Amino acid sequence: MADLRVDFLGKTFKNPVVAASGTFGFGEEYNEIYDVGLLGGICSKGLTLQSKQGNDGIRLWETPMGLMNSIGLQNPGVDSFISREIHIMKQFNTIIIANLGGNTLEDYLSGVMLLNDSDVDIIELNISCPNVKAGGMAFGIKADIAYSTVKSVREICRKPLMVKLSPNAENISEMAVACEEAGAESLSLINTINAMAIDIYGRKPVFNNLYAGLSGPAIKPIALRMVHQAAKAVKIPICGMGGISSGWDAIEFIMAGASIIQVGTANFVKADICLDIIREIDEFMDSQGVKDIKEITGIV
Amino acid sequence: MMKTEITKILGNNLICDNIFEIVVAIDIRPLPGQFYMIKGLNGDYLLPRPISVHDYEDGVLKLLYRVSGHGTNQISRLKKGDNIQIFGPLGNGFDVKLLKGKIAVIGGGIGIAPLLYLAKNIESQNLNIYLGYKDDTFCVESFEVNCDKLTIVTENGCAGKKGYVTDFVNVGEFDTVITCGPDMMMEKIIRECVEKNIPVYASLEKRMACGIGACLGCVVSTIDGNKRVCKDGPVFSGRDLMIRSENG
Repeated sequence: MADLRVDFLGKTFKNPVVAASGTFGFGEEYNEIYDVGLLGGICSKGLTLQSKQGNDGIRLWETPMGLMNSIGLQNPGVDSFISREIHIMKQFNTIIIANLGGNTLEDYLSGVMLLNDSDVDIIELNISCPNVKAGGMAFGIKADIAYSTVKSVREICRKPLMVKLSPNAENISEMAVACEEAGAESLSLINTINAMAIDIYGRKPVFNNLYAGLSGPAIKPIALRMVHQAAKAVKIPICGMGGISSGWDAIEFIMAGASIIQVGTANFVKADICLDIIREIDEFMDSQGVKDIKEITGIV
Repeated sequence: MMKTEITKILGNNLICDNIFEIVVAIDIRPLPGQFYMIKGLNGDYLLPRPISVHDYEDGVLKLLYRVSGHGTNQISRLKKGDNIQIFGPLGNGFDVKLLKGKIAVIGGGIGIAPLLYLAKNIESQNLNIYLGYKDDTFCVESFEVNCDKLTIVTENGCAGKKGYVTDFVNVGEFDTVITCGPDMMMEKIIRECVEKNIPVYASLEKRMACGIGACLGCVVSTIDGNKRVCKDGPVFSGRDLMIRSENG
């Protein structure tokens, strides 16, 4: 048995495998399938200051080895999270990461202030949300907007801060550096890729929201490239994700520079796939004589 | 705890054009109205597909499905002895204890799938089943064995009565109504039942990813806000569903 423990943002993760935001709820449903305390960590469903109903119309659309989603951040809001869901998550004996989105800087700041006094271990700041003041363009597209957003959040945030980057950023390396300089203590990437599907018989977009986020194995090579670029550009630790479906996928991300990884869409393919991934990482390390995962982190 | 299992299929039978029945051995007895997420191991598609329980007897589970896209097409090519990944039973299912008195079970198209196992588990002596099809009928014999008041309706009149199944049901005669089928059909039935204050239960179908209530991909609007078809359903009281008015 290799040592799978990872120190990340001052916390000890029992292994590098974290359930990704939006694919795992608050862990409750998956805990009926297996003990989610076996995971390195769990990211909450994306939270917003106010509760959200999410999008109307079709929310899911499968593509060749990918999945498009347009859930629209349906969530109970930060207040409800703090009074209810966080207590469910804290029972699980794993690292709890609150994923926070917002449409204005004020939303982010108010959300962070509430989470400051909660029991979450880490805040993952989702900057892929549309920025109302910038005409709906996401915070995570232009490095200067991301910089000022992260800097303002960092000034008031009393939790370790991980900024989740969008692959739709103009330049992923510049974006990574901007967030690091603004005070992010780690980066997670990639969020879903902006994508589209058309109902050719109805002659209209599949999604009411026109575009949707693409995830799953289809995006893995792109995600891996971006994790590699970000890892080369910054000194802060990285949480890699994008289509990871096996231990071998996870090892690729770790070799590209990720200290920990997240598993999202693959949870839908097989509900307890994270346990397979942990076992496969362990088996790979044993077979390759790797005692500590740090030996292979960022070696490519 | 429930686990994803790999199991050999005992059969994958073509019932009629585009309709198949996959047969597997399963230990746990499902409730009527529950479903399983299934996936072939070699298919070039990503997500398991939710398929409802058509029948269960002596450890043999039958899932009835229509080929409606790439995933179900791949599933339809599986042969006896091939391995599938199966996860379930999922969802709430019907609470058969609530189904009393004179009962109407109304199905349309592939929506008849969950109604056979339901019919077999309803204790009422006054069960009336109405099945509507576009043209080709399927599984009629299985329903006949379990119900002596069976009405078959086809849109083109090739079998049974001609028209829409809803034309031949007077919901006002019943104590409880159950429906599964196309949205338009269910909406009409639910509207009529709610107007007449008759308990009505509908089994819904939606695109799903996780199947257990985590991803929120399959929500439906109810009087209590969004509910998850996979976890809070697929069976809902019609009274709770937000049904569009007849004029759209």
